[in-house]
Amino acid sequence: MYSFEPSEEQKMLIDAVNRYAVNDMRPAAHDAEESGLFQSKLIDKGWEMGVLQASIPETYGGFGDRSVVTGVLAAESMAWGDLAGCMAVMTPGLFTLPILLAGTEAQKKEYLPPVVEGTWQPNTAALLEPIFDFDANDMATTAEVDGEEYILNGEKTYVPFASEAKAMIVYAKLDGKTKGFILPAGTPGVEIPSERQKLMGLNALPFYSVKLNGVRLPQSHGLPGEFEPVLDASRVALASMAVGVAKAAFEYSRDYAKDRDVFGMKVAQKQSIAFMLAEMAIEIESMRLLTWEAAWMLDTGKPDASKLAYLAQTGSADMVMMVTDRAVQILGGHGYIREHPVELFMRNGRGFTAFTGLAMV
Amino acid sequence: MIEFEVPEKIAGVMNVIETVAVNMMRPVARYFDEHEHEIPWDYINFMQTATKAMGGGGTSMAAGSSNREGPRLAYQRLAYMVEGLSWGDAGLYLCMPGGMLGSAAVAAAGNDEQKERFLKRFKGDTPVFDAMCMTEPQAGSDTSAIRATAVLDKASNEWILNGEKIFVTSGHKALLDSQGFIVVWATIDPSAGRTGMRSFVVEAGTPGVQVTKLEHKLGIRASDTVSILLQDCRVPFTNILGSPTVETSTKGFKGAMATFDATRPIVAAQAIGLARATLELLKEMLVENGITIRYGLPRQKLTSIEKDVMDMEIQLRTAWLLVIKAVWMMDNGKPNSLESSMCKVRAGDVVTKITQKAVEIMGPLGYSRDYLLEKWFRDAKISDIYEGTGQINRLVVARQILGYRSKDLS
Repeated sequence: MYSFEPSEEQKMLIDAVNRYAVNDMRPAAHDAEESGLFQSKLIDKGWEMGVLQASIPETYGGFGDRSVVTGVLAAESMAWGDLAGCMAVMTPGLFTLPILLAGTEAQKKEYLPPVVEGTWQPNTAALLEPIFDFDANDMATTAEVDGEEYILNGEKTYVPFASEAKAMIVYAKLDGKTKGFILPAGTPGVEIPSERQKLMGLNALPFYSVKLNGVRLPQSHGLPGEFEPVLDASRVALASMAVGVAKAAFEYSRDYAKDRDVFGMKVAQKQSIAFMLAEMAIEIESMRLLTWEAAWMLDTGKPDASKLAYLAQTGSADMVMMVTDRAVQILGGHGYIREHPVELFMRNGRGFTAFTGLAMV
Repeated sequence: MIEFEVPEKIAGVMNVIETVAVNMMRPVARYFDEHEHEIPWDYINFMQTATKAMGGGGTSMAAGSSNREGPRLAYQRLAYMVEGLSWGDAGLYLCMPGGMLGSAAVAAAGNDEQKERFLKRFKGDTPVFDAMCMTEPQAGSDTSAIRATAVLDKASNEWILNGEKIFVTSGHKALLDSQGFIVVWATIDPSAGRTGMRSFVVEAGTPGVQVTKLEHKLGIRASDTVSILLQDCRVPFTNILGSPTVETSTKGFKGAMATFDATRPIVAAQAIGLARATLELLKEMLVENGITIRYGLPRQKLTSIEKDVMDMEIQLRTAWLLVIKAVWMMDNGKPNSLESSMCKVRAGDVVTKITQKAVEIMGPLGYSRDYLLEKWFRDAKISDIYEGTGQINRLVVARQILGYRSKDLS
């Protein structure tokens, strides 16, 4: 059967996330972006909602089974509040979800409970590399087997909270395939420059590069499972966050257009603007449904799930650029001023084609 | 609980529809494109027998008026069937016997007696057609500018209809080739604007109604599009759909407009079927030419054709999901004006873009009448025009998202 109605449980979660997004994230977003810092209580409060914990089974310290559909619903609402804040709250998931999806029983038992049961802590993951046509399935970072150990070499970029992280997942190519490796802080050969990486958006998120110079890890640190489910988790997460950002931009520009006078009427009463808004709404709804379907296919193990997750990510990245650009345009000169959030939505929106691995559900 | 599983009952029907599309539609699609105004009786008679065997009224636009037990799937089922038949051929699909837009109007605005009187004719053994007469030479999307009149003759208790209607889909088959009916939009009070607008059922054989012209079209040539002249055409008082008195509100007009909430997703489904046919054929032709589409690569590594095809897939799937959501809302009794117009906009955009791009990508093969791509490009354009142009539907969407009425945004 078809249904477009979230379950009662999902509705409760979405309500809670929406309240957090409206009351906590949105008011803090501007200052966090300008100062490059989050207030730690903001992240703690987001963590306490338990979005991530709900996706980890009780055996490993969580309180539920992973539902990708629930994940994308929550991620969309949180990204509507603030993309950087959303990614910060969900950063520990970059560590736990790959272990859940590709780790051994022993790895799950050892690494998941301390992260899931405690307060928010910056466990993270290093996937992206500093090249223009980065391909998560064909990366430059390598892992080689040397006796009982792996030796990792390469350079990673955009690793959130890398300098504070107690542990991270590092992705490298092993025998032609991408695999994840658990890298504890302080491992010899790991170099994390103290200076934060600066991007066009997401200023509040502390990003670092991570260099791996002959890093030796015991074999028990390799995640044996396939990489594809991990990549899928990132694709639908980013697709849903793009929808959230786009929705925020759409609503702000719609409300502005209804409020602002021009030639004796409201801006929104001009068809040129009204049609832009109508198309934005249609694009957003289109990609929301595709993202939901991809998430549902992942939950139910449909054969084409990965392909659809890829298309959802690609399509949402285009959609959020189109929508956020139009939102800035509708505000005209005011859209270009940082007092209004639409320019931030646009800067964040542009990044979705480069964010692979920065979020997972 | 969010779900995207095709209901089993629908999946079963779709196998039958695909067989029909492959065997009864595709082989004659080109012939009826090149022999405009010939009626595809073999196909029509086959469909009459087939739909009766399947329980009858399967593709009836009046689907939602039945009250069966269990989960309501009528509109979802209809959307799937229309999509599947249009995948076979968009023009032939429109020649489907049974209730179409006229019946949808009866189902939406008629009373029980009218539903019984007008809709039962579709349950017989011979093919019967209906049609909707809205557009006039001077009034297309602006339906409130309709000039056709309906005057009540109190002596005989009949409505006297006068006016000229154009662009009537299947009007010839409804009036001249079967014992069908047309639904005519006319004003019962020309000074009342929208509040005076009503629809009337005119049955085949009624004196004073005449088919005056068969149009020659860009595409969907298997389907007849006619002009209809009403000259002192008398119909019984009880053939009016909705209230016979002019009220101060536009309730009657809005009620009639609500028909579109049901029909727009179905017309959108037609666009999707054609778009899917196009994309499938394009992908087959690309494979024959040694081109495979590599999913999962970063976009910087994709070829232009790969990007185009992936974009077409995204467009097609999202447009279909919008349609499904709109009909799911119909089936579940949720107001869907916004969603029905959204899916119509998207489907009209998507089918025109996909067919344009497919012809472009296949170069000289795409433009050739040896293949169906060029036909589908011509067939596609109507989906962005009828049942509300893309622009009218954008206006409907815009009003809804802005909380505006027509006086606020026109």
